[in-house]
Amino acid sequence: MHIFSTIFEALPYILEGTLVTVLLVVGALFLGFCLGVPMAVTQVYGPKPASRLVGFYVWFFRGVPVLLLLFLFYYGLFGLIGLEVGTIGASCIVLGMTSAAYQSQIFRGAIQSLPAGQLKAGRALGMTDGQSILHVILPQALRLSIPGWSNEYSILLKDSAMCFALGTPEIMARTHFVASRTYEHLPLYITAGLIYFAITMAGVTLLRRLERKARIPGYNNAGM
Amino acid sequence: MNAHQNDTPILRAEHFSKTLGGRKILDDCSIRMRPGDVKVLIGPSGAGKSTFLQCINCLIEPDEGEIWLGDRKIDFRNTRELCGLRERVGMIFQDFNLFDHLCAEDNVALALRKVRGMSKAEALERARMELARVGLAERAKLYPAQLSGGQKQRVAIARALAMDPTVLLLDEPTSALDPELVGEVLTVIRDLAARGMPMIMVTHQMEFARAVATEILFMEHGRVIEQGSPAELLAEGAQTRTQDFCIRLCDLCGGDASTLDGEGGTASLTPNAECPEA
Ligand SMILES: Nc1ncnc2c1ncn2[C@@H]1O[C@H](COP(=O)(O)OP(=O)(O)O)[C@@H](O)[C@H]1O
Ligand SMILES: [Mg+2]
Repeated sequence: MHIFSTIFEALPYILEGTLVTVLLVVGALFLGFCLGVPMAVTQVYGPKPASRLVGFYVWFFRGVPVLLLLFLFYYGLFGLIGLEVGTIGASCIVLGMTSAAYQSQIFRGAIQSLPAGQLKAGRALGMTDGQSILHVILPQALRLSIPGWSNEYSILLKDSAMCFALGTPEIMARTHFVASRTYEHLPLYITAGLIYFAITMAGVTLLRRLERKARIPGYNNAGM
Repeated sequence: MNAHQNDTPILRAEHFSKTLGGRKILDDCSIRMRPGDVKVLIGPSGAGKSTFLQCINCLIEPDEGEIWLGDRKIDFRNTRELCGLRERVGMIFQDFNLFDHLCAEDNVALALRKVRGMSKAEALERARMELARVGLAERAKLYPAQLSGGQKQRVAIARALAMDPTVLLLDEPTSALDPELVGEVLTVIRDLAARGMPMIMVTHQMEFARAVATEILFMEHGRVIEQGSPAELLAEGAQTRTQDFCIRLCDLCGGDASTLDGEGGTASLTPNAECPEA
């Protein structure tokens, strides 16, 4: 049938876009994690001005649409400071910075949910605040953050479709390209949808496995 | 009572004051520890006992007051000196505060590695030794959530002792425990006292205090209002606030106040099981 041969022909091209999408999401999650953890720690334990600054960052990135941020950074800011990172690099950075705002709030909530005695116990043993945070607070807070983080992953994956607007060659852009030439919109977009669905499920399953593996013995499902 | 009357203090906390929320919750409190001293802080709830204890290792920074370790004054604005002080002054909390993500031996080993700079193997060896001393050699691999309250508190004691503290602070170490678990923790603490470990302990286990304390300090409204050996403060007809308080404490929970007045008291470790530690 004609439909299937169209999908079949377009599939390698779209699957290549899948690699780009995965790269975007993994890169953005990683960047968001690297920024989000220190941001959360600063917001909870840092001096007032630093904590305010983080608050402002979060407020900004949560308040503005991703699409606008992509245009703002790619066409505006990056050009202004002469940063040449290409569409994939720019998408990764913008998604990562947005994700940092959300991730920082996941980690902040987890840190604040820990009993105050944990930090006290670390300090009472002669550990510096930094050591106590690194070896006592974060290992526990990050475990608690996995479910929220899994949620952030699935949202970020779908936000990555927005990068199509910069011409980033990911799933959405490639599907759109093929569809506009072959006019087989329905089957092609269904295919793309199924790919997104598969990546979401794979990632969520992986994170759930991580959550099980990181579970602290003796805690039941509700406790940890 | 005190066999070390002439030794220089190993730790002095001088003239501590602290105002929180516009209220003076610590008002010019001092304490001096000599080798072998076991001082018991008692007093009604809200008297400032926990605050005083936490000022001594500077978990709460006092507004006024000085801390001396031996003949060295601690500048607690200096991070290195502050951490040094806390390393030398161990603390046991009412609700244990074990690191929930680490098994018993790792709980003990963590600070040995990060503060003392021991290798993992060295630290674990020391940790197992300390756990064995509190009778938990077999539980070294269990996590806090898998331990009973009494076992958790004993791990916490092992964790503090592993740092070779000069003084141990204990804030109501048995208050969060089920009555039948109080004895095992008190036994460990009494052994420590017998080995000459200097301790400052907040407790309402009066029989225990009478048996092990070299001095009792009675606190009220942020001040130490009475201070003396158990024999002085709890003697028959002593008419002290301390004795008043103890009698009320025991009346309240239906205990037999006369045991408090009894000559020397019973050094038994069977706690006043019904006594709620306010
Ligand atoms: N952070 C705080 N802000 C205001 N008041 C406090 C704070 N912490 C403790 N207090 C008050 O200080 C008093 C002494 O508390 P605490 O030292 O815990 O007493 P105790 O251990 O003798 O029961 C209490 O009345 C308590 O309400
Ligand atoms: Mg208290």
